[in-house]
Amino acid sequence: MTTTDKKWTIREVREAIAARRISARELAREYYSRIERENAKLNAFLALCPERAYAQADKIDTMAARGEKLPPLAGVPVAIKDVISTRGVTTTCGSKILEHYAPPYDATAVVRMEAAGAVVLGKTNCDEFAMGSSNENSAYGPVRNPVAPDRVPGGSSGGSAAAVAAGLAVAALGTDTGGSIRQPGALCGIPALMPTYGRVSRFGLIALASSLDRIGPFATTVGDAAEVMNAIAGRDANDATSAEAPVPDYTAALDAPVARTRIGIPREYFGPGMDPAVRHNVEAGIGALEKLGCKTVELRMPHTEYAIATYYIILTAEASSNLARYDGVRYGLRAPGDGTLVGMYRATRGRGFGAEVKRRIILGTYVLSAGYYDAYYRKGQQVRALITRDFEEAFATADLIVTPTSPVPAFRLGERTGDPLAMYLADIYTVTGDLAGVTGMSVPCGRTPDGLPVGLQIFGPHFGEARVLQLANAFEKATASGEKLTN
Amino acid sequence: MKITREEVLRVAGLAHLELSEAEVAKYQQQLDSILEYVAKLNAVDTSKVEPMAQVLAAGEDLNAAMREDVVAPSEVAKDVLKQAPDAAGNYFRVPKVIER
Repeated sequence: MTTTDKKWTIREVREAIAARRISARELAREYYSRIERENAKLNAFLALCPERAYAQADKIDTMAARGEKLPPLAGVPVAIKDVISTRGVTTTCGSKILEHYAPPYDATAVVRMEAAGAVVLGKTNCDEFAMGSSNENSAYGPVRNPVAPDRVPGGSSGGSAAAVAAGLAVAALGTDTGGSIRQPGALCGIPALMPTYGRVSRFGLIALASSLDRIGPFATTVGDAAEVMNAIAGRDANDATSAEAPVPDYTAALDAPVARTRIGIPREYFGPGMDPAVRHNVEAGIGALEKLGCKTVELRMPHTEYAIATYYIILTAEASSNLARYDGVRYGLRAPGDGTLVGMYRATRGRGFGAEVKRRIILGTYVLSAGYYDAYYRKGQQVRALITRDFEEAFATADLIVTPTSPVPAFRLGERTGDPLAMYLADIYTVTGDLAGVTGMSVPCGRTPDGLPVGLQIFGPHFGEARVLQLANAFEKATASGEKLTN
Repeated sequence: MKITREEVLRVAGLAHLELSEAEVAKYQQQLDSILEYVAKLNAVDTSKVEPMAQVLAAGEDLNAAMREDVVAPSEVAKDVLKQAPDAAGNYFRVPKVIER
């Protein structure tokens, strides 16, 4: 992509609006004109909500005109993944079964973004019900990677990643259940943070797998990801799984020194199957961290190789249960079938769901069904406990863990769609963190000789976002957003 | 092949999913290879491991699930019913369930 559009940061937006160099309305209009120009190519946005955006922008402009103190995300144009509810704005989850669904309420994360001054431009494309690693499972067509349009942006939050990477939004919200924030962040070359389980309210997030799902930010800089976290983190009475742990000021802590941070390098994340260019860049990235004074510690996390198998049991079990609600009664598509109630359910779901969703519902129903529950689901929960223990033990000797985000850079559209298992293995380095509930972030780590972005992943313990962001920020500055690591 | 055609149909029945003949054949084969992959978990000794149903330990999560039970207004019925494929008054209409 050859665009020369300015990539605003959150602070630049806030300062420019406060100084009246630009109005929030002008900025929103600028971003909508970019979307109009680029979206036909990228397919990053599924719906736009200009009325809502301009109403919010005008509110910010009125505050600026009166000289009032502006909220931290004042006038910042943002995009929201289409699995996150927006009142009155179509929320499809990338599925035909919710094609015309307009939620009657806003997700808490959206409420908090707007309360912090953000301007919601629209809803971004994703794999259907967030099931996928390439965004090719969207019922509304794939998203293209702005860095290399013949390639996927990653998934499932591909639209959010592509929108920010292409300068069509300053920041975006995505969701991570098996890697769906970090992997597209890596493949599109932008910072992307999965918060700790329970750190960000999921009220209004349309559920995929409730023991795994998180909401988190895509941003242009690590500092911007911290700004978004300040807005969305914290307990919400509407989400019983949101944690009461105190929320630090993530931006205030950003520049704390990282020297002597103990960085764990788990051998299991550097095995065969990794693209040599990814390995080269991540090793160079670890070298850059050592130059910053970090101490590397070699780790073993012996249950890593069981993570994908564990994940596809737990995820599909929970998904099959969560997706039982799409029955043609209360919202979404209804297909009459043979005219009976059950016939209506069957026809609605058979017609409304795409291939990957059906595959996972069948697998999940199978592993939960009588006679298989212990062999699969219970076994999966036990191995999940062991994977979590690997992290606990790792964090006893290391402050943070550093790995590649994805074993491969962005692959070509269609390259992996024929083999579901090959697609599942794209998440091999990310699913572990979802299973253990820890926080993890992908930061740009240079490009391959073909010019494709590589991501470095930083895991932190439960509620360790501040420390993850500090290291990511230091890394971003030392490597010029990873560019110094490019061959 | 471990998974039979009948098992795919049984599970699809449990999940209220209508599948075409081609889908049944495709999912039978794909499920088989996924379950074969998943079987690698049998190599892990879990005889002394408690199954893990949720992530946060009690100390981290505090009393997240407990709150006062208070009545609060919720006037969303109209907006909710607007999304229904077939609503009548304050009801969702469905095909007849009870034969008389």
